[in-house]
Amino acid sequence: MPEENTARTTPARPHDAALGSGIGRVLLLVYGIFALSASARALVQISTHFAEAPLAYLLSAVAGLVYIAATAGLAWGGPWGRLIALVSCSVELAGVLIVGTLSIVDAVAFPDDTVWSHFGSGYGYVPLVLPFVGLWWIWRHRP
Amino acid sequence: MISARRKLPARQHISNLCRVNGPLSVATIVVALVLAVWYFARTALDRAPSRTDLLATVGLGVLVTVLVVVAVAGLFDGSRPADTTTFVGYLITTAGFAPAALILARMEPTRWGNLILGIGAVVLPVLVLRLQQIASVPVA
Repeated sequence: MPEENTARTTPARPHDAALGSGIGRVLLLVYGIFALSASARALVQISTHFAEAPLAYLLSAVAGLVYIAATAGLAWGGPWGRLIALVSCSVELAGVLIVGTLSIVDAVAFPDDTVWSHFGSGYGYVPLVLPFVGLWWIWRHRP
Repeated sequence: MISARRKLPARQHISNLCRVNGPLSVATIVVALVLAVWYFARTALDRAPSRTDLLATVGLGVLVTVLVVVAVAGLFDGSRPADTTTFVGYLITTAGFAPAALILARMEPTRWGNLILGIGAVVLPVLVLRLQQIASVPVA
C-alpha cells in the first residue's frame, strides 16, 4: 500500500486484540445468523411435526446449540471463550462432515433436512466452510 | 424451508399474498445486492466504513422496515400464509437484521466493518425471498 494511502486504510491489528474483533466480529455475525436460523428451525420442526423425522429435528436442535455456543464463545473471548469457541467449532466441523455424509449415504434416516444435510447445500455450503474459517481464526488467535 | 415444500398445494397461487411479492421487494433486493457489491469492493480496498457506507445501510434498513410494515398490515386483511408463525419469525428477523449489522459494523472501524455490512446486504435478499416463498403457500 503506498504511503499516502495509509491514513485512509485501517491500522495493523494489535496482538492483544479481542477474539471477537476484526474478522472475529464478521464471524460473530455469521455464527449469530446460523445460531438463530438453526435453532428457530429446530423449534418450529420439533413443536409442529416432531414425529415425522425425530432424528433430523434433534440434529437441528443440536446444530442450533452448537452455533449458539460458538457465537457466545467468540463474543466472550478470553481463555474460556476461546475454549468454548474451539470446542463448538470442532463439533460443528465433525457434525457437518458426519451428517453431510450420512444424509447422502443413508437418505432414509433423514427424511427431512437439517442445517448440515448434504454438507449444508441448502445454505449455500456456508455451514461446511464456516467451521474451517472459525478454527483458522481461533488458531491464528492463540495466546 | 421444508414446511414450505411439504405443504405446497396442487394449485399454487402466486398472489400478492401479504404483499411481499410486490415491486417494493424487488427494489429492496436490487438495492441490497448493489450495496453488497459496493461493500465487498470497499473491503477489498481495505477501507473502514465511512459515514456514507453506514448511512447506505441505514437507507436499506428503512426500505426493509417499510417492507415489513406493509407485510404486517397485509396479515390483517384476510389472507394469511399457511405457516404464519414462521412468516412472523422471518419478519422479525428481517426487520432486525440491518440494525444488527449496523451496530456490529460501527464497533468495527476496520475493513471488516465493511465486510459485515456486505454480508448484511447479501443475507437480506435471501430473507426477502424466503418471505415471498412462505407467503406464496396460502392456507389450505
